[in-house]
Amino acid sequence: MATSKRCNVSSENLTVNDVKTPKIDINSKVDLIIQSKKHANDVFDVLEYLQSEKEKNVVCAINGCTKLFSTLLERGDLYVGQLPKEELLIGGDRSADEKYCMFIRHRYNGCLELLLEHISHESYQIKESALCALMEFASMEGKFPLQDLDWSEHYSFPRELIQAVVERLLSQEEDMAVLISRFQEYLDMEDVRYYVMSSVRENVGRVMDKTKGAVMPIYQNNVFTLLSNINMPSQESELTNYLVKQEAKHEDWKAAKLKEHKRAFERLWLGFLKYKLPSSMYKKVLVILHDSILPHISNPTVMIDFLTAAYDVGGAISLLALNGLFVLIHQHNLDYPDFYKKLYSLLEPSVFHVKYRARFFHLANLFLSSTHLPVYLVAAFAKRLSRLALTAPPAALLMVLPFICNLIRRHPACRVLIHRPSAADEACDDPYLMEEEDPSQCHALESSLWELQTLQKHYHPDVAKAAMAINKPLSQQEDDISELLELSTYELMERDLKHKQSKTVPLEFDPATQLLQGSGGVLGLNFSLE
Amino acid sequence: MGKPPKKKNLADKVRKTKTSTEIKNNPFEVKINRKKFDILGRKSKHDVGLPGVSRSKAINKRKETLLKEYKTKDKANKFIDRRFGEYDTKMDPEEKILQRFSMERQRTQDKKNMYNLNEEEELTHYGQSLSEMEKLNDMVDSDDDADEKGMLSAELTASHFGGGGLLRRKTQGEKDNGGNQRAKSRQELIEELILKSKQEKRERQNQKEESQVLTEKLDQDWKSIQGLLAHKNAPKADRHEEEDKPKLDEYDMMVRELGFEMKAQPSEKMKTPEEVAREERERLQKLEADRLRRMMGDAVGDCTKTQAHMSADDINDGFILDGDDKPTLAYQDGKWNINEEGAKIEGDDEEGGEGESGEEESDEEEEGSDEDSHSDLDSEQESAGGEEEEEEEEKDEAPATKSQLSEEERKAQAEAAKAELPYTFKAPESYSDLKGLLQGHPADHQCIILARTQKCNHPSLAVGNKLKLQKLFGFLLEYVGELASRSPPELSTIDKMIPQLYGLCQLFPEAASKAMQTTLVDSAHSMEEVLEVKGRAAFPQLDMLIYLKITALLFPTSDFRHPVTTPALLYISQALTKCPVMSLEDVTSGLVLCCLAVEYISFSKRFFPELINFLLGVLHLAVKDKTSTGYSVVPPFRQKGKVSDLLVLSDPESSQTWSKKTLPLSATQTLTLTTDLDTDHYRLSAVATCLDLLKRCSSLYRELASYSHIFKPITTLLSKHLPIKTYPAALQDLHGEILAAISGSLMSRPLLVFEKKKPIPLKLFTPKIVEVLDYGKKRGNTKEEREKERLNHKYKKEFKGALREIRKDTRFLAREKLNEVMGRDAERKRKVKELFGSLATQEGEWKALKRRKNSRH
Repeated sequence: MATSKRCNVSSENLTVNDVKTPKIDINSKVDLIIQSKKHANDVFDVLEYLQSEKEKNVVCAINGCTKLFSTLLERGDLYVGQLPKEELLIGGDRSADEKYCMFIRHRYNGCLELLLEHISHESYQIKESALCALMEFASMEGKFPLQDLDWSEHYSFPRELIQAVVERLLSQEEDMAVLISRFQEYLDMEDVRYYVMSSVRENVGRVMDKTKGAVMPIYQNNVFTLLSNINMPSQESELTNYLVKQEAKHEDWKAAKLKEHKRAFERLWLGFLKYKLPSSMYKKVLVILHDSILPHISNPTVMIDFLTAAYDVGGAISLLALNGLFVLIHQHNLDYPDFYKKLYSLLEPSVFHVKYRARFFHLANLFLSSTHLPVYLVAAFAKRLSRLALTAPPAALLMVLPFICNLIRRHPACRVLIHRPSAADEACDDPYLMEEEDPSQCHALESSLWELQTLQKHYHPDVAKAAMAINKPLSQQEDDISELLELSTYELMERDLKHKQSKTVPLEFDPATQLLQGSGGVLGLNFSLE
Repeated sequence: MGKPPKKKNLADKVRKTKTSTEIKNNPFEVKINRKKFDILGRKSKHDVGLPGVSRSKAINKRKETLLKEYKTKDKANKFIDRRFGEYDTKMDPEEKILQRFSMERQRTQDKKNMYNLNEEEELTHYGQSLSEMEKLNDMVDSDDDADEKGMLSAELTASHFGGGGLLRRKTQGEKDNGGNQRAKSRQELIEELILKSKQEKRERQNQKEESQVLTEKLDQDWKSIQGLLAHKNAPKADRHEEEDKPKLDEYDMMVRELGFEMKAQPSEKMKTPEEVAREERERLQKLEADRLRRMMGDAVGDCTKTQAHMSADDINDGFILDGDDKPTLAYQDGKWNINEEGAKIEGDDEEGGEGESGEEESDEEEEGSDEDSHSDLDSEQESAGGEEEEEEEEKDEAPATKSQLSEEERKAQAEAAKAELPYTFKAPESYSDLKGLLQGHPADHQCIILARTQKCNHPSLAVGNKLKLQKLFGFLLEYVGELASRSPPELSTIDKMIPQLYGLCQLFPEAASKAMQTTLVDSAHSMEEVLEVKGRAAFPQLDMLIYLKITALLFPTSDFRHPVTTPALLYISQALTKCPVMSLEDVTSGLVLCCLAVEYISFSKRFFPELINFLLGVLHLAVKDKTSTGYSVVPPFRQKGKVSDLLVLSDPESSQTWSKKTLPLSATQTLTLTTDLDTDHYRLSAVATCLDLLKRCSSLYRELASYSHIFKPITTLLSKHLPIKTYPAALQDLHGEILAAISGSLMSRPLLVFEKKKPIPLKLFTPKIVEVLDYGKKRGNTKEEREKERLNHKYKKEFKGALREIRKDTRFLAREKLNEVMGRDAERKRKVKELFGSLATQEGEWKALKRRKNSRH
């Protein structure tokens, strides 16, 4: 009080202190309100600060509010139950205490609204403190519920508040990725996660229905960020961290059951994937699908439709869908008709250049590791891969050449591709049909892998050496390609440099006199020194 | 005790009394060993045996050894006879006695001498009494001493000690005559001996004197000749004739002087032009062969090795005399690592200098630097260094001669430059030093500065210079990069610097390759980082393109694996696959990279997939209708998109005003095209470049097995989609040529088979000759086995023999023991009998006495 007086009196003189004053002011007022009901009207001042222009003041006000209302909540100063309207408050014949409680409750509601608005504020600091304050309130409300509930039937959890927060987080105009990652801290709590999941599902359904399923990149991106931040527990025993601890029948609470969590998670994802996604989102979903979604869904087979649809899209999306499909085929007995035909048609020149090359070849290796595959199929794969290798960069070649050799090793009948002594001296055109989509019709078995012979002349020594392997009978031992899957050109270069030669460096013996000279002067013929 | 041995001795006695012939003729003594087969030519030792003789021998032997041992079995004490010569069987008993007697006397005399002070004592020197030595007037020369030191003549010793064989024989001879004369003859003999030795001594002395005289004479003779030989010191030598030691020193000195005196060294013959040309050709052939070998890499190298002829004498131990692992041509620490190669290179450089033109030589003279001092007589090292310097010099001049300026102008300019520029430069310690050094000078001057810096800091001049110059390469490279990244890039200056870079690179290949590697790897690394963050990267800047080109100039691009060019190729590949084409500048950069790629592989004809992909992509940019193409482009290009029409002409008419011209390298950075017409012309030029590269590729890859498949998308694009009709005639021709080249290629190939493995030939060695030593039973084939067999047999025999011996020993001992027991028993019996006898007599006497008594009674 004293400080504020001094502040009012000598604000001109103490310009230096001026910066500090709002903070002190807020703190002192908060203290006063807590101390006695007399100063209840100072709440308005604090709330005013909350709407201030200055970022600092707002943050201070948020902190002040948090302290104020959590103390009041704890004390039970807030009105519990259905709140009458504020206009009716004055007229009603209630005790002063009751009136005070209602008044504070109205202020609390107003504060919540302001904080929710602040979540969409430009400044990240305000956003963050608003979010933290709201979650603090949520936890306090959980402990001291504001609803007059029958204890035996209901579990107290500030569902509305969480819903409101989620709604704000899933903004349709703004990318909230940073805030959502901050929110992840709260998502680690089991009950928060559970209720967030259900409220997100409702929210998604509502928003997407409103737009009639049209693509909303920002909104969907926010939803996806939130969803991908959900870390599902894998065992019932891991459910230990709660925002609100229920006193009675805690075990029967839905939020305390893993099964319920899984069900909510599944419904959430299904609700999200029901609508049309932008293609970048599609890829993102597919990337995380196999290891962070499928294991936590109570019934993974519901994803079959989504995955088969994605697999039929073609291109990179198909490559990514492959991983999810693999999990379903492998663990859930999915029978996919013409799976290998489809896999065969995925082999395009771009397959060696895309980001997901390592993942694709890892899976392709798994799919083709079965020794029960028909020979024509394996031969078709080997031939197509080697044909595509004619356009591949060296890092991919170092991976795909052992891959092809492994295929031939696993299926000795494919050896004719690299060794056909019966028709040794006959020259013939390549009978293989690149355009044919059916591996059984492409005549791969009648062909030879001339492409590998071509690659023996590749400029990179390691590639050339790898291609030389087909000149001699292949060894029994399969090559391990797992280390080569993620090789990049730069890593290849580093490998070369480690390949230290003890000998001296050979030098060009033609003396150089001009920049554009030498090696046929191709550069000089086409370019000039300008 | 006496009886049983006596019994035994009976047979021995008989044997001893009989002579050996007697025994042998006695059929009862002889045992004839029956032979199963009579073998001719073999003498058998054991056809007749004398069992009795051998048994008695064996028994005697046992008696001497075994029996003695047995007797002394449990006895600790031993009796040893220490009398002089007791166990010496060679000594005569008389002599033994004599010696013992003399020793006895000596002992007694010694004891007396202790107190007998007046008795004269003999002083000795080297065992000879001094008094005696005084008597002999002639001193024994030290030479003599050396001869006879410690070696007294046999006769002398014999006379002194009386133990010699000669003397003994004589005494033995005399013994026959009679014992009385012996003493006298001995005295005479000694006198004789003394006489003889004296005479010998005299003779020896005479000889010595003679030889001394001869030596002195020889010395004098030498001195007279020495005057002639040692011309300078002749007068002094006379003076010091008598003194031995100084003379010796002088002689040594002279010998050394002669050794170190300068000899005329053979100079190298001047080579005729034909010889020089031939050497040059040989050198180039050798280098080319070397390049080819490196191009094939070790993979093919292995094949050639296995095909090598194997001679019959080859023992297949992997030792090959003419292995092709000769070290590659390179500098090491600034010197050629192989001398002969070095010599050839030097020759080449000289030749090159001559070959260029006469002007240059005159130029060299004009420069008048310290190079003149190098004469043929210089040591090898110096001449090598000098030649290197010359080499650099020529490099400096090379660009100058190539410039279009007329000779006079150039000379004038050079002189002007010399007037302006200082002659010595400190080697730059940092990049900013170098920049400060070169900044503000025209390109030619910068070259001269660099050349002079190199000369002033040549490795042969000071220790730290090598390091400085090694650093200089890195700085120069950095400077070149900076020149290239200026706007507009100063490419002509870079062009002038190429010879400097080449020269430095030849001097320090290690440092140069290291610097180049770092540059490439750093750039690749930054591109990789950008790729990870953004997913795509910008094309490399012009400086990197220049670096790549310089790499191709400094290092052989055709090697199978090379520490610099292989990373450079990977860098090109990375740029061509990861950098999307967004603008005409990017197209230009990409085309420069393609040109570089073609240059890199033009000699080795290696397959570069990214190159074909990129060219296809660039041509795709020129296709109007992107739908339903019969080919697919590979990333970084897209089938369709907003930048996929970069090379589509805005106005087909503009092709009529187009004429072929080269693209500027600076267009990779900034391209200012104001009008649509200019842009169209630029597009056409880019397409022309692209088609030119394709043409080169199509001819380079003709040998590849999947040639048609590699060029299939390109054929489709060229024949169906490229709007060739709207292009000028020159491009249409080029287009037609490419299509013809591709379609004219061989489509069918033989099916793949494994490389025919050559059957491993049977090893044909020289026949193995086995020594056959025994023609009888063939047990065991190898020498070891036979040896083992033999030893086994021998062991068995020995074992049996030893067993038999042991049995005989035990039998002998048992017999001895039995004899002992029997002897003891007999003794006892005898004694008992004796006792009984005495008792009986006693009893008898007593009885007789009793009877007598009784009878008395």
